[in-house]
Amino acid sequence: MSTDRPSREPAGTAGTVLEVTDLEVHYGLRRRRRRALHDVSLSVASGETVGIIGETGSGKSTLARAALGLVRASAGSIVIDGEEVGAYGHRQWRALRRRGVIQYVFQDPLRSLDPDVTVEASLAEPLLIQGVSRQEAATRVRAFLDRVRLDADLLDRLPGELSGGQRQRVAVARALVTEPRLVILDEPVSALDSANRVQILQILKELRADGVALVFISHDLGSVAGVADRIAVLYQGELVEVGATADVINQPQHPYTRLLVRSAPTLHSAAADRAERQALRALLHA
Amino acid sequence: MATLSEKVLTEAEQNSKAAVAETGTSTGTGTGTGPTEPVRQATPSTPVLSVRDVRISDQAAGDEIVHGVSFTLTPGKAVGIVGESGSGKTLTCRATLGILPAHFEVTAGSIEIDGLDISGLSSAQWTALRGATISAVFQDPASYLNPSIRVGAQIAEVLRVKKGLKRRAARGEAIDLLRAVHLRDPELVYSQYTYELSGGMLQRVLIAAAIAADPRILIADEATTALDVTVQAEILDLLADLRERTGLALVLVSHDLAVVAQLCDEVLVMRQGEVVEQGPTHEVLHNPRHEYTRLLIAEHEQYGLDKFLAVEPAKPVDAVHAVDAIEEDA
Repeated sequence: MSTDRPSREPAGTAGTVLEVTDLEVHYGLRRRRRRALHDVSLSVASGETVGIIGETGSGKSTLARAALGLVRASAGSIVIDGEEVGAYGHRQWRALRRRGVIQYVFQDPLRSLDPDVTVEASLAEPLLIQGVSRQEAATRVRAFLDRVRLDADLLDRLPGELSGGQRQRVAVARALVTEPRLVILDEPVSALDSANRVQILQILKELRADGVALVFISHDLGSVAGVADRIAVLYQGELVEVGATADVINQPQHPYTRLLVRSAPTLHSAAADRAERQALRALLHA
Repeated sequence: MATLSEKVLTEAEQNSKAAVAETGTSTGTGTGTGPTEPVRQATPSTPVLSVRDVRISDQAAGDEIVHGVSFTLTPGKAVGIVGESGSGKTLTCRATLGILPAHFEVTAGSIEIDGLDISGLSSAQWTALRGATISAVFQDPASYLNPSIRVGAQIAEVLRVKKGLKRRAARGEAIDLLRAVHLRDPELVYSQYTYELSGGMLQRVLIAAAIAADPRILIADEATTALDVTVQAEILDLLADLRERTGLALVLVSHDLAVVAQLCDEVLVMRQGEVVEQGPTHEVLHNPRHEYTRLLIAEHEQYGLDKFLAVEPAKPVDAVHAVDAIEEDA
């Protein structure tokens, strides 16, 4: 299974697409000020998929939002494709997003796709914004459909006329059509049933060959394990563990990571897992 | 008025207790788990729930939606139903609880709860059965609780109505129940409102309410779906614990085969109203016969933790091919 390993060496400097260093994010003002992220450092290389795992409130979505310029960092730096973007203002962020270098996919495609815009127009829009001609955009959209296993007859449909799986494939296609360097996916398969989940994961796996860097955020280690080269575990706003997927699963270091591994539903679970989970919960809540 | 119905219910409760005592087969589970523990008629072979070839139709559209589901639950047993949305798993549960949506009807087969055929039950008989014999929890716990009433009072209400307890006794027992579902500070939770609790805590509150009247059967329909995995595992552990301690029989419904595999002795795999595979969990996991079951397994073995943890090498299944085959079939 050599295809499971990244072809390029992760990290380093040349192939690094996203480099987050000592990131701090706070929400609220004065006495209501709460720390959402503390001292987070992470790099994602071209062609690499990094899974970020954490529970509700762990800061995983905040990390995604910071990397997209949707929340401001209170300290630390974010470098995307060689550009320091941490201090960027609204305009600079908008210009960066318009170039299509960085894209994102969220959990609920129905909320991220305009309900009044056909699939075709939705897919062409990011290209038109980049300044691609209408004709070329149409050609590129059609050429792209195969990659995400969408049928050409779906192009005239509205998001409401698609199944959940088809909608999420449209959202993925929309993110990829500009050939971005970095794609951030926040729980992209959580709302899908098995068949569609497998299909999206397969598509994401194939993307690595293009050299795009993927950040895959989820609360479920199980949904990320099959596609991620590395796993980063966020717990209470801090990265408590980062490592190769197999290592994190087979030799989890932090108690929270151990609990995550033991909690993910598996087909072959042991009765001993229950006692271990119990002990880990007691340890974490102590 | 309240006192009158309370009195009636108390008498009814005493009568039923007397009836239980008379049959004299109760062995008790005797692990000393507190006052909420019921004494059961422990005859494991007698089914508490039998579902026989149940078919459900949408009378308005004239379509049959569920094409024959059969399973039997004995005390302490757990049956899992796996399928995607629209497979008929929730309708089957709702038929069992007598809460099918308007226009939907059981058109063939039979359902027996504790030996009682439910087809001709009056609403009063249903009221006596629900909560006390069969109970359920669903996805999205917040929508089953009143946001303007403290959660503890909502559990106490079940105890007052179903067990005829007085206000103070009901409060005490509700707190015991909150403790039994492993909520850390039960007194505090008792006096909190839904908005103050997390999804996992709310689901535990609902489980506490569902088991308040000592039912023999608990249906958990996607009860852990919206929760974080660590919280999901806590809820599943809690259900396993209740089952062992009290002999509660479980129907666990999920879209995830692994969730069901954690807890259930028997699995039904449903697709488009049809049971495509049914058997002991171990058997279904190791010798899946239907293409769809194989896909559910492949999802975990190729993309999940099982890829790293599986002791035996995963059988290669071409997932994309399987998806295509199933979609063509649809």
